[in-house]
Amino acid sequence: MNAARPRPPAALVTLQDVGFGYDRHPVLDGVTLRVETGAFTGVVGPSGSGKTSLLRILLGTAAPQRGQVAIRPGLRVAYVPQLETVNWNFPVTVAECVLMSRPQGIRWPWASPRERVEVHDTLDRLGIADLARRHIRELSGGQQQRMFLARALLRRPELMLLDEPTSGVDVRTRHEVLHLLGDLNEDGLSIVLTTHDLNGVAAHLPHLVALRTRVIAAGHPDEVIRPDVLEATFGADMEVLAHAGMPIVVEGHHRGARTA
Amino acid sequence: MSSLWASFLEPFGYQFFVKGLLVATMAGFLCGLLGVYIILRGMSYIGHGLSHAVFGGFAASSVISFNYYVGAGIWGLASALAINRVSRSRRIGADAAIGVITTASFALGIALLSLYGNRGPSFDAALFGSIIGVADTDVWVVAGVTVFTLVVVFGRYRALLFSTFDPEVADVSGVRVARTDALLMLVLSLAILATLNIIGVTLVAATLVIPAVVARMLTDSFSRMLWISSITGAAGGFLGMNLSYHLNVPSGTMIVLVDAAAFCLVLMVSGGRSLRATANLDEYVDPTSILRAQPAPSRNAR
Repeated sequence: MNAARPRPPAALVTLQDVGFGYDRHPVLDGVTLRVETGAFTGVVGPSGSGKTSLLRILLGTAAPQRGQVAIRPGLRVAYVPQLETVNWNFPVTVAECVLMSRPQGIRWPWASPRERVEVHDTLDRLGIADLARRHIRELSGGQQQRMFLARALLRRPELMLLDEPTSGVDVRTRHEVLHLLGDLNEDGLSIVLTTHDLNGVAAHLPHLVALRTRVIAAGHPDEVIRPDVLEATFGADMEVLAHAGMPIVVEGHHRGARTA
Repeated sequence: MSSLWASFLEPFGYQFFVKGLLVATMAGFLCGLLGVYIILRGMSYIGHGLSHAVFGGFAASSVISFNYYVGAGIWGLASALAINRVSRSRRIGADAAIGVITTASFALGIALLSLYGNRGPSFDAALFGSIIGVADTDVWVVAGVTVFTLVVVFGRYRALLFSTFDPEVADVSGVRVARTDALLMLVLSLAILATLNIIGVTLVAATLVIPAVVARMLTDSFSRMLWISSITGAAGGFLGMNLSYHLNVPSGTMIVLVDAAAFCLVLMVSGGRSLRATANLDEYVDPTSILRAQPAPSRNAR
């Protein structure tokens, strides 16, 4: 009798040889990728490398021009946008913003008692329950990111996609956000995020994808944060040092730069 | 004092004035309510453009003696759809598309009226608004559009709010953004059409924008902004119509001036601090830009 083989983790989304572009300009070319259940993946690459297009294809809001995309039927996906893309002057309170993620069907404008409890519990889980009545402009960068995470979590997602979640925030906020995402991942949430921050974010994640129109490398940070992969991805000379078991990326010398 | 009160009450003895007052108050309420979405989406120019486009339909309906509401309504909606289609072509922006289509429609309306004369509602009334000639039909049409708008705003409150605040995330969160936007366009076209006679083509954009801006200066809450803007608009309609009668100035003109006075009052009381709240109101991510960014869909590839 054969011993039962452990089944590989189920794929939430699978991309097979995907191509995508605008006006004949290829943004993604031959991208093959599996987002597994329980994934905590960072997509790294320079500006214009196709990170956001990849997120849109994973979300199902952009259709590939070539290749196959298989999204598990019934998959609940939530998306957290970049903080920079939001109009923070918009007249809305934290609670109003979080409640937006329950838009389906005809509902009364005001929250039902059950929804009020859900919103409070979600905000409480993220440590910002006392800010529910504040205007969104009055929040710090970390609090704004937590509010968007709360809005996404209210959808009870299985997969959360985040576009540059630590862009434009300070070091402390970046730590807070990464810890929070780590906790959510441990609770069973699959996460894919984009980042260009190699030392502050990418090196701390368990799985990376280096993207520059094509997938240059994918795997553990040790397999991706390597000089040859980084040069092919970012087109720049980079050195990788080891510190306390973690890779540290140092930019190579610029031609003509002062060396003394 | 009593003579002043008697003078105030005097026009209420005329049925045409009461009907005009009713329509102006409802029109102010309606435009105030919709204006919140218009300014937060950076669509003020669309309100202005659509009113001019509707005028083309008004003139064409007048020339062929066709029902004004049906003719101008179809024309307005067709213009809105044309703007949408042209602006999605990527080569021409939405603002340029509005500029071309709506001003051409307005010019065509004037040309038609100049060539064939006006056989329908007054030309001046369509341009600047009038309290004379408000028929029972107008009252019922404005009341009907107001009720329909309230149903849409209450029933689709969260979808409208989400697609106004963040259309991209709304799209992936189950909101049918394109359908929600089309519904808003429909309601806006109907509102402009219904209020055209009383406020006028050239001034309707102001009744959409000013009460909403006043409300934004007074609150940071979206729900409060909706009712403050509606009440400001209704008050502007009521006071403007009364002043229009007593000063013998076109109704649309007075309604806009009352709204503008409310804006100045809030500005003076707040010492200009409230103006900061209105900054960047047009920072709205046009959902069509997301659609434009997509290549031709090939759903079978998924």
